[in-house]
Amino acid sequence: MNLALEVNKKQIKEESWEEPFFINMGPQHPSTHGVLRLFLELDGETIVNCDPIIGYLHRGIEKLAENLTYPQTIVLSDRLDYISSAANNVVFALAVEKLMGLKVPRRARLLRTIVSEMARICNHLLWLATHALDIGAMTVFLYCFRDREWLLNIFEKICGARLTHSYVRIGGVRLDFTPEIIDDLYKFTEEFPQRILDYETLIDVNRIWLKRTKGIAVVSAEEAINLGLTGPCLRGSGVPYDVRKFRPYDAYDEVEFIVPTGKNGDTYDRYRVRMEELRQSNFIIKQCLDKLKETEGEPVVAEDAPDLYIPDNLREIAPTPHPKRGVLFKTKKRIIFPPGEAFASIESPKGELSVYVVSDGSNRPWRFRIRTPSFVHVSAIPHMAKGHMIADLVAIIGTLDIVLGDSDR
Amino acid sequence: MEPFVKELKEKFNSVVLEVQEKDCPTLVCNREGFLDFIKYLKENKGFKYLIDLCGVDYLNYKPKKFEERFEVVYHLYNLDTKQLLRIKVRIPEEDCWHYSITSLWKTANWFERECYDMYGIRFEGHPDLRRVLMPPDWEGYPLRKDYPLSLDEEKEWKVYKDLIEKNKKRRGK
Repeated sequence: MNLALEVNKKQIKEESWEEPFFINMGPQHPSTHGVLRLFLELDGETIVNCDPIIGYLHRGIEKLAENLTYPQTIVLSDRLDYISSAANNVVFALAVEKLMGLKVPRRARLLRTIVSEMARICNHLLWLATHALDIGAMTVFLYCFRDREWLLNIFEKICGARLTHSYVRIGGVRLDFTPEIIDDLYKFTEEFPQRILDYETLIDVNRIWLKRTKGIAVVSAEEAINLGLTGPCLRGSGVPYDVRKFRPYDAYDEVEFIVPTGKNGDTYDRYRVRMEELRQSNFIIKQCLDKLKETEGEPVVAEDAPDLYIPDNLREIAPTPHPKRGVLFKTKKRIIFPPGEAFASIESPKGELSVYVVSDGSNRPWRFRIRTPSFVHVSAIPHMAKGHMIADLVAIIGTLDIVLGDSDR
Repeated sequence: MEPFVKELKEKFNSVVLEVQEKDCPTLVCNREGFLDFIKYLKENKGFKYLIDLCGVDYLNYKPKKFEERFEVVYHLYNLDTKQLLRIKVRIPEEDCWHYSITSLWKTANWFERECYDMYGIRFEGHPDLRRVLMPPDWEGYPLRKDYPLSLDEEKEWKVYKDLIEKNKKRRGK
């Protein structure tokens, strides 16, 4: 545990400064975005080796999900990546719907698309704020939080919660939008592109920003695929892989958008990709709002969607005619979730988030595997950080956009 | 059945035991010869992207009785043909190990560490097989079906127990 301390004490005693220097960065460090601990081996200020240690925030969500009913697992998904919880809800619901073979009404699919894009904007704003703050641009932080607040207020109107929404349910969404929310969103989509320009004028050609981001943590396309990077981190390297285009879910096959890609695969390109994604998300929300008018008054939950509360011993009554005694009432076990397996994935703001469910026919999942983007991205830190300075490590953690609640599960 | 699955079944007859049609093509594979098979998939068939690697415990699974207790599930994706493929390898409880694919994918490194952490499946050829999410001195494998949800007090984690006692002493002072 205290290897770093022991080695350093020994070094001070023997005055052997030729050897590599070991140091702990985190778990309490303001720029590690949570409780990430990096065990560094240094040569001067250059990183020779880096070993990320996670698990400080492990809550056993996969084990918990095995002991809850399917609708209850949606609540757990909020706690994964708590910055974009609306997007996490969607993948949990999608996986269970795939297992059941449930068809979601069109209006619900449009509403889901709107909330997941709102979550993407929220996430990218928070990412830009903290990333800029880590590198040394304070002003952007305040501007971003102002606009994120705007969206959180709309979220509050939609479902009553600001951070942990649980808005999506299996078979649709919980509530329909009121006309007031639609007006608010229209106003937001009109004004937001101007706000993006505001951030860009602050940092786009800022000399400090360029020096801290250009040529830092370069990942080639081949290597990015091998490392398993997804989302903006992969697209920054020039691979146009986006789950929304490759395996469309919800209403993404109805809307138009482009997938922005970078060229050099450095920190600056990943920043450009995310800024472009903000514009695309805004555009998608606008299109979905227009389409909502066509589906006015349609249901937002599928008719055969399971209830939010499912009793443990659910039985079905089947009347069967009996030759002598009239009608007999027999009960048999009712199966809502058929045995089998399903795999669903979405493009969450941070990357590809996928769920693999194995069911045994009861109302609790047998296995609920969650593949989170942050877990993979944390594992990529050693490959990206090798040969860089300690100060660049802060930029690398920022550019990967990790949330430790997401990686530790 | 998709043509490429048929071709795989013919070429690797001894490795691919079973082909299932589910939400995506599913191949149940033998542990022996698995490394060659997955290397062929990556290099010749274009399945370059490993989405997921996880373990599943089938102890007392009701719908179907399996001879082997564990299963390691791979999800591979072909970025050119947009094809998703699921590969399963059954692993018995008695010799609970599997071949590591870290030489092919760097992503597999942490996925395999997590699988070892949660199920106790050892991966042969893994450069650095340690626990990831649980503390290094943790006993037992939490996602196994026979692992209890809450532990008895005497079975509690030693580090945590020591911490409680230390705090009690402090309060006493």
